[in-house]
Amino acid sequence: MTIDIRTRTIEPLRPTYEHVARYIGEGKIPSRYEEATMGAQPSANFHYRPTWDPDHELFDARRTRVVMSDWYKLRDPRQFYYASWTMTRARQQDAIEANYQFVEQRGLVDKMPAAIRELACSVLMPLRHVAWGGNMNNTSVCAYGYGTTFTAPAMMHALDHLGAAQFLTRLGLTLEGPDVLDAGRQAWVESPAWQPLRRYVEDTFVIHDPFELFVAQNLALDGQLYPLIYDTFVDDHVALHGGTAVAMLTAFMPDWFEESTRWVDAVVKAAAAESDANRTLISGWARDWAARAEEALRPVASMALGETAAGALEDARAELDARLVKAGLA
Amino acid sequence: MSNVFIAFQANEEARPIVEAILADNPGAKVDRSPALIKIDVPHKLTIRRQTIERLTGQPFDLQQIQVNLVTLSGHLDEDDDQFTLSWKH
Repeated sequence: MTIDIRTRTIEPLRPTYEHVARYIGEGKIPSRYEEATMGAQPSANFHYRPTWDPDHELFDARRTRVVMSDWYKLRDPRQFYYASWTMTRARQQDAIEANYQFVEQRGLVDKMPAAIRELACSVLMPLRHVAWGGNMNNTSVCAYGYGTTFTAPAMMHALDHLGAAQFLTRLGLTLEGPDVLDAGRQAWVESPAWQPLRRYVEDTFVIHDPFELFVAQNLALDGQLYPLIYDTFVDDHVALHGGTAVAMLTAFMPDWFEESTRWVDAVVKAAAAESDANRTLISGWARDWAARAEEALRPVASMALGETAAGALEDARAELDARLVKAGLA
Repeated sequence: MSNVFIAFQANEEARPIVEAILADNPGAKVDRSPALIKIDVPHKLTIRRQTIERLTGQPFDLQQIQVNLVTLSGHLDEDDDQFTLSWKH
């Protein structure tokens, strides 16, 4: 008896779910990102309004003044869903672990001049609290925003901020020890140089409009803070004065900033392109919050960079303005 | 006319690679078997890093295709930006 083994291809009747097909087109095979994201926002049958906000439904697009005909237009160019995001961050974590090993094996921290180590700590330790603010605010965007393409990456962004805060904590423990964390908190709540930035962060905690919060945190503040601190201060100033180890141990932050910038820009660009009303609204928010953030960063910049602070701050602002123009927010 | 071909495991990682090949090689014929995707192109097949990166929004190292690569035929010419199969030496 002979057995003839053959393969039979069974064509599935539908390549994906109806709520995904509605956004990508019937008969198309979705990517994992599309399948995890498109059409996932709960939109009907809420029954009861939340007791803490009876003017809105539990999930309600009207919590922001930005109006979109379709909130799924705010897509993430990185196409992050849970698996691709965790795998990317795990790779980055491995890279930082390797950097830690390199720095510790060669005793690079002890070879740093004490003055530059102190300066790095006094600038970077209070930023743990800024990063925590970014965590709070992006969690809020996720909670009160609408549309999974917008809210899901906001939650990942919130946890990325927490990751940045943890890297800073670990840096402080490596450079000086636990006391430096307390000193950083003390400076954050008491030192005059930090109060404008602290005011900015705490004011953003009470912004109700999730899209305005997104602009104030991810565009206006981070868009100036990250270039100023990690590009100019850590990678140029500290590294040039014998603190290369600090640049190695914070390598995640500039990488992550560059990557997440693509998402932030894509979101505001798509929302502004929707209507002139959106464009005016978002441009106004970006202008106001960027000016406030610039002022809030001024004392921090002069503490970090001394005489070159004004120029560095101007450069950071120019970089942000160029992004706004590119996103159509003139 | 002789074909060159390349085959990948049919999974999520291979998907943007296949889409990039179909976009960059107009004569490409794709054959989807269970668990395997084979692409035939007359004369020459090119995989471009840039096209894959545009589809995924992520940086891509062309060596990553080896993970899901099953088989290929043709003479290979590759660098950091492209991976080309043809019958030319």
